[in-house]
Amino acid sequence: MSNDISVGKAAPGCKKVDPILVADNVTRQFGGLTAVNVDHLEIPRGMITALIGPNGAGKTTLFNLLTGFDKPTTGSWNFEGKDLAGVPSYKVARLGMVRTFQLTKALSMLTVMENMRLGAQNQPGESFFAALIRPLWSSFEAKITARAEDLLKRFKLDAKQDDFAAALSGGQRKLLEMARALMSEPKLVMLDEPMAGVNPALTQSLLEHIKDLKKNGTTVLFVEHDMHMVRHISDWVVVMAEGKIVAEGPPAIVMKDQAVIDAYLGAHADTDLGTVAIKVVKEKK
Amino acid sequence: MDWSLVIGNAAAELISPTTAAYALAAVGLAVHFGYTGLLNFGQAAFMAIGAYGFAVSVLYFGLPFWGAVLASLLASVVFALILGIPTLRLRSDYLAIVTIASAEILRYIVSTTSLASVTGGAGGLSAFAGEFYAMNPFPEGNYLFWPFDVTAKDLWVRVVGWSIVALATLLVFALMRSPWGRVVKGIREDEDAVRSLGKNVYSYKMQSLVFGGALGTLAGIIFILPRSVQPGNYGTGLTFFIWTVMLLGGAATILGPVVGSMVFWVLLSLTDGLLQGLVNQGVITFLTTDQIGPVRFILIGLGLMALVVFRPQGIFGNKKELQFNV
Repeated sequence: MSNDISVGKAAPGCKKVDPILVADNVTRQFGGLTAVNVDHLEIPRGMITALIGPNGAGKTTLFNLLTGFDKPTTGSWNFEGKDLAGVPSYKVARLGMVRTFQLTKALSMLTVMENMRLGAQNQPGESFFAALIRPLWSSFEAKITARAEDLLKRFKLDAKQDDFAAALSGGQRKLLEMARALMSEPKLVMLDEPMAGVNPALTQSLLEHIKDLKKNGTTVLFVEHDMHMVRHISDWVVVMAEGKIVAEGPPAIVMKDQAVIDAYLGAHADTDLGTVAIKVVKEKK
Repeated sequence: MDWSLVIGNAAAELISPTTAAYALAAVGLAVHFGYTGLLNFGQAAFMAIGAYGFAVSVLYFGLPFWGAVLASLLASVVFALILGIPTLRLRSDYLAIVTIASAEILRYIVSTTSLASVTGGAGGLSAFAGEFYAMNPFPEGNYLFWPFDVTAKDLWVRVVGWSIVALATLLVFALMRSPWGRVVKGIREDEDAVRSLGKNVYSYKMQSLVFGGALGTLAGIIFILPRSVQPGNYGTGLTFFIWTVMLLGGAATILGPVVGSMVFWVLLSLTDGLLQGLVNQGVITFLTTDQIGPVRFILIGLGLMALVVFRPQGIFGNKKELQFNV
């Protein structure tokens, strides 16, 4: 079936009209286990792409590989045409490819505002000697503080900005982590389970934030188990199972794909389960 | 027992150069552990580099005072790089193991007899501070008031020592309020998160190790100015005293290490004076005066245990910001 994201028919590893991230032959072995074995994957620019799959499919490992947090056994990938294989994680982030973590990494003993400021790039005061001369960095600091306040307001964390991040609830920490990632004005945001542990009242606003990102031209790639979210906001869905990409395509079509249903969705594939956790993998013999 | 002597001796520790040296070394350790989360168990090595770097530069290489100070600082940077390059990429526990081992290696090297012509071997080094005392601007005489009354020479080393402590404290204060401080505090919390925000974590940890180590080296120089260099002083015991001092005051605090050092030395002197008095007067019969030295360290140890249990953040620490949670 044709669509305006892929070149030709949507199929695992298909070419995209305008990819921002292209990965080739990326594999990662842990001893005898091949956790990731991706022949070819392209992430479309300016779109929201969901990466789904059962537990242990290799989604987070793929995230770690692409962002330089883990080293692949084989493979190469490029981001906006720049080869990223072997590039350390902090350089990947500086190029505009910023990730969040499945287990939230809020910097607990820093205030919410300090967390946010840390997300900004190119603060001259982050160099040792410049740090000692306040005029060198105070105007930049004011600028990023204003941006942080703006983002915190959007994420409804502005009342908490002087609290330690440790004082936030689990869901608020997720929001903070996402807001912090946006401080660097990334081109590609990679969210690892942004909805896990977020209460349903916040879910809706989180969905809006992600849609806003797309509106502002940011590409989003996210791992999620919440099928409601995947259905409603993603433009493209990539399905992984046992380290491989087993299906790709627009959400409405992918979720009817027999391979996906077999691998993942189980008997409730065609009912919208809302924000209630789906019953994963009804074993099919 | 002579109370005025006991209290006077204890109070004199408040401004002694040794207290200043411990405070400075603890400020350096606070940069490592309190702010960056680096488990440095080799602060004694940085102090030894200050002591030997300075004394050997003066006695063996004939460098002038400032040359000797610079040479020690240079040696301390090289040592920090040697320590950090292999270990800072690993988990922090490895740094702890490597630092404690390298401090011991360094101590064995300086006390070996084959290097005795340079380092003085087990006997150590002395008479290297002549140029320092020649710079003394205070004319001969007695200064200050009881219990701090000192000679001109004593006053000079105290003024220099505490000025350096004050400068270092201000420097750390400025750094920790800056974006640089924010990055290292972030690393203490979660280095992967900081990495994901585009910061070169390895480089920051290295900068912190070098900077805190340099403070330890300066502390080593202050420590030896009023005394000789003895290899026995730079064992693991010294490192643990510096840790005690830092934890007493509060690991991630600006004034904590300074006050911690004062409390530590005043308590040591006070327990020593009290126990001596009590033994001499026959109040305590189960101890001899020779046993008092070790006993007061036992008391300090008990005090530290009580501190960790009842006030883990130290005297000044913000309980929310940092506890004793290695």
